[in-house]
Amino acid sequence: MRLKNLLGIRDLDTEDILQILDTAVLMKPIMETKNKRTNYLLGKIMVTLFYEPSTRTRVSFELAAKYLGATTTNISTSASSVVKGETLIDTARTLQAMGVDIVVMRHPMTAAHRLLARHLDAVIINAGDGINEHPTQALLDMFTIREKKGTLKGLKVVIAGDILHSRVARSNIWGLTKLGARVVLAGPATLIPKGIGNMGVEVYHDLRQAAVDADVIMGLRIQLERQKSGLFPSLREYNMLFGIDERVLEVAKEDVLVMHPGPTNRGVEMSSEIIDGENSAIEEQVTNGVAVRMALLYMLTREGVS
Amino acid sequence: MDRILVKGGRMIDPASGTDAVKDILVEDGRIARIGNGLSVNDAVQVNAEGMLVFPGLVDMHVHLREPGFEHKETIESGTKSAAAGGFTTVACMPNTNPVIDSPAMVEYVYLKAEKEGCVKVKPIAAITKGQRGEELSPIGELVRYGAAAFSDDGHPVSNSNLMRRAMEYASMWDALIISHCEDADLSRDGVMNEGEISTMLGMRGIPSVAEDVMVAREIALARYTGCRVHIAHISTKASVEMVRRAKAEGIKISAEAAPHHFSLTDSAVDGYSSMTKVNPPLRSEEDVEAVIGGLRDGTIDAIATDHAPHHRDDKEVEYSMAAFGISGLETAVPLAVTHLLRPGILTPLELAERMSLAPARLLRLDAGYIAEGGPADITVIDPDCEVVVDVSRFVSKGKNSPFDGMKLWGRVLYTMAGGRIAWNAENR
Repeated sequence: MRLKNLLGIRDLDTEDILQILDTAVLMKPIMETKNKRTNYLLGKIMVTLFYEPSTRTRVSFELAAKYLGATTTNISTSASSVVKGETLIDTARTLQAMGVDIVVMRHPMTAAHRLLARHLDAVIINAGDGINEHPTQALLDMFTIREKKGTLKGLKVVIAGDILHSRVARSNIWGLTKLGARVVLAGPATLIPKGIGNMGVEVYHDLRQAAVDADVIMGLRIQLERQKSGLFPSLREYNMLFGIDERVLEVAKEDVLVMHPGPTNRGVEMSSEIIDGENSAIEEQVTNGVAVRMALLYMLTREGVS
Repeated sequence: MDRILVKGGRMIDPASGTDAVKDILVEDGRIARIGNGLSVNDAVQVNAEGMLVFPGLVDMHVHLREPGFEHKETIESGTKSAAAGGFTTVACMPNTNPVIDSPAMVEYVYLKAEKEGCVKVKPIAAITKGQRGEELSPIGELVRYGAAAFSDDGHPVSNSNLMRRAMEYASMWDALIISHCEDADLSRDGVMNEGEISTMLGMRGIPSVAEDVMVAREIALARYTGCRVHIAHISTKASVEMVRRAKAEGIKISAEAAPHHFSLTDSAVDGYSSMTKVNPPLRSEEDVEAVIGGLRDGTIDAIATDHAPHHRDDKEVEYSMAAFGISGLETAVPLAVTHLLRPGILTPLELAERMSLAPARLLRLDAGYIAEGGPADITVIDPDCEVVVDVSRFVSKGKNSPFDGMKLWGRVLYTMAGGRIAWNAENR
């Protein structure tokens, strides 16, 4: 790959994305073998540096690295230490001095990874930056859709919920539009950012209207504290207007794929019937996440070194 | 004191409307004679042929950071930077530590400036004690001690009733209230202009309405109280339009614009350089055009830099953590020449008015004009010189500028403040 780091889907071109997805196809069977261990990353050190709590993304990266033979270590720190503690540049220098090869970082502030990248030779993978991007989530989402539907071109993908604060949505918008999908957003006006139409998407405030003939419906986690900051009146009303349930699926294509980056708030943004239903790909997304991260680790350490 | 003869320059004096080649003889800190073919044997000669000779520039909005933040700037370094930028008078904002809200602090700035400054410094005092927005500062006493104006810059007065009282009270002395217009509930945790660019970059936005609602309030209060009110660093199209209409109505309102608000849009934030982080934020193209339009028709009276020097530690952090502000004194003239003078938006007379006479009049200063007997504050500018901005050569301690490496037109050759050469570009 021509890039040293994965900072955002915005930086990737269509070819890059397809190359990652193709490599992930080759990686997935490794997880299903008995031994689950290869030597592709033998001798490489990966650090997961998380300034925000996360279980699934961090574990997914750790397992991906371990399946490939890397040594991993984890630094978890609270968001408040961003404000009070050591500066990010100093943290980067410390990691550099200890000979780290790959840094997977989640950070509450947009573009923190770009600052890190300016001061670190190691490969940097963005595991979420503020409200900006969560590129590996989008890659695993695209992988899942492609696996199920064969292609992304021409598909109608509905992303529903809190678009304003969602790095998952933003990364998916960049990626899906690059791969030729038709992206439709649905959410309350307070949670749709200004000028998002310029990113090549359509915006609806009526979920059922948005979902007509959809090939994919993607739910997003609604943070409960958004209600307190006056962005919507109550979870009850949120669920009434933007909850993904049978009534929404009714108008979509029969084989519509239901996705969610997790963790879900059952009965808020999505009903349990849908989460556990036959259209749901939510568990497979988790499996595919490991495969996609293996592909990335493989690709970035290979060409990243040369 | 030396006698200085500024020879052969194109003298621009907006007070008298003069735009003509003249020699200017300076003696004892005043302008002794203005004429053609002046010849004095024992005078220091300043060759200004082909150059613009402006009245010394007046910046009504700078942060000198002293006392309290001397690692960012001091009165000494800040006034040197001002001189390098062509300014002979700067009015400094009170958000220091302690805040300039008492006679002692006003006096402190005057004494420090007299001792260590190389241009004139006029302290702006806080509207409220400690800029806390709760109680009025001793405005009457501060006027006596020479406060040039009143502002809670950086901490806008959110309580409308208190702002009303401040205006009523200040109007007893016809004092100028300078308002940093920002509704903090609307700007919240935003770090750049809200719009398609912030959405694309995944950054929290500061909506233009955060400024507009406060400008609307200040206009309403100015109308009601009769106080002279000045809008600091105006940056939105709607605000410019409101000021235009308020002026037509006869309200005593004025406004200033910062060079970065007429020369950069929010697309400069793409790349995430914290050097572009400033408050009010870099706005949309439409807003920038409106600011330029306001400067052209005089809706915006003055150009003021909002010089906000920061230490590199304040900027070499995550964008959201970085301090707001641009070190602006040394790029103001090149930006004005490049974006206003050369494209013909302002004539030299109009530019001298916006950068010198108008702010001097708003602050009631004896400055902003070139006349026999007047103060020997003179700035000589080469408008045809191409410069490349190099922050490492800034005189200011603050190297925080989004213009680093940019090619611009216009160079300040000499700055004469009170009859002394405070800046000579050739002696660098």
